[in-house]
Amino acid sequence: EYVSSKTINKVIQVHDRIFCCMAGSLADAQAVIKTAKFQLSFHSVQMEDPPLVIAAASVLKDLCYKNKEELQAGFITAGWDKKKGPQVYVVSLGGMLISQPVTLGGSGSTFIYGYVDAKYKPNMTREECLQFATNALALAMGRDNVSGGVAHLVVITEKGVEHVVVPGDKLPRFHDE
Amino acid sequence: MLGEAEPQWLSEEVKTGTTIIAIEFNGGVVLGSDSRVSAGESVVNRVMNKLSPLHDKIYCALSGSAADAQTIAEMVNYQLDVHSMEIGEDPQVRSAATLVKNISYKYKEELSAHLIVAGWDRKEGGQVFATLKGLLTRQPFAVGGSGSSYVYGFVDAEYRKGMGKKECQQFVINTLSLAMNRDGSSGGVAYLVTIDEHGTEENVILGNDLPTFFDQ
Repeated sequence: EYVSSKTINKVIQVHDRIFCCMAGSLADAQAVIKTAKFQLSFHSVQMEDPPLVIAAASVLKDLCYKNKEELQAGFITAGWDKKKGPQVYVVSLGGMLISQPVTLGGSGSTFIYGYVDAKYKPNMTREECLQFATNALALAMGRDNVSGGVAHLVVITEKGVEHVVVPGDKLPRFHDE
Repeated sequence: MLGEAEPQWLSEEVKTGTTIIAIEFNGGVVLGSDSRVSAGESVVNRVMNKLSPLHDKIYCALSGSAADAQTIAEMVNYQLDVHSMEIGEDPQVRSAATLVKNISYKYKEELSAHLIVAGWDRKEGGQVFATLKGLLTRQPFAVGGSGSSYVYGFVDAEYRKGMGKKECQQFVINTLSLAMNRDGSSGGVAYLVTIDEHGTEENVILGNDLPTFFDQ
């Protein structure tokens, strides 16, 4: 397996308070997100209001579902809107859209289902959440040979958006390292 | 009804989909397994004990093809009996693991089973050996089977050196429960075997007594 880059950012902004994580074929995912970003900004101009997170997720879902034969891309859409506050949606490969409090995706996710199930609790603070996500990514990167490099995290709140980048050597270490 | 197709489970290979785990603590080992045996999409046995004794204080955990795994365990059980009579004392865990490894390696193209061997002996205390595909390696803990993929992150995060017996048992139960929740080929009840110098203890934890997590 060839590693073409170790620093790709797979967390893309599609609107002020809405971000998408890409998984699967990154080429397909990039193409879909580009289309979705355009449709979303047009939608937001028409509504004269920032788009709802579910609107962003639905746009992605429509694209994935209608082109399911050609595409191999899945997304996690997360953000904040005025109506429902913070939300997380996942659009799977075939175009299913569901809302979940916590969700994982990508090849490395299989290794951390157990960890997330055990450690996630609702209503964590921002710091607890960041630590939880960083730990989960570090564990997955430690076991999945095609995940690695740098961890990109984005914290989205009503007030704004903050990027946290954790290089591989600063990630938390566990017993066998 | 004309020409009903035979049920899928009659033509599918029987696999112990499985989650198995063994962990060493100061003075012994704990082995754990789920109890589901599947043939294709059917569960053909929901209460199978996949922790098989090789000797009084040496057990192995079975995964992969049910027939292959059981056969290896039975062969090694016999070979270990003969060996222990020849040396006149209880066999070492490493000997049992080596016998398993020899079969797994020699027939690696034909067999598709992975056995984790764990036990206690007077010389080295509690030991866990993994024998995947004919490799022999001693590890502080080992996980195996289809369900193990889902809990690598959990065991990496939670394992600590120097855990006591009760902590290890709880660690095994938690790990099995998490894996059984996510893996379609693992489920049923959890079997536990604890081996130390005083003896061997077998336990079953029924479905509703298993720990639950945030989304249950």
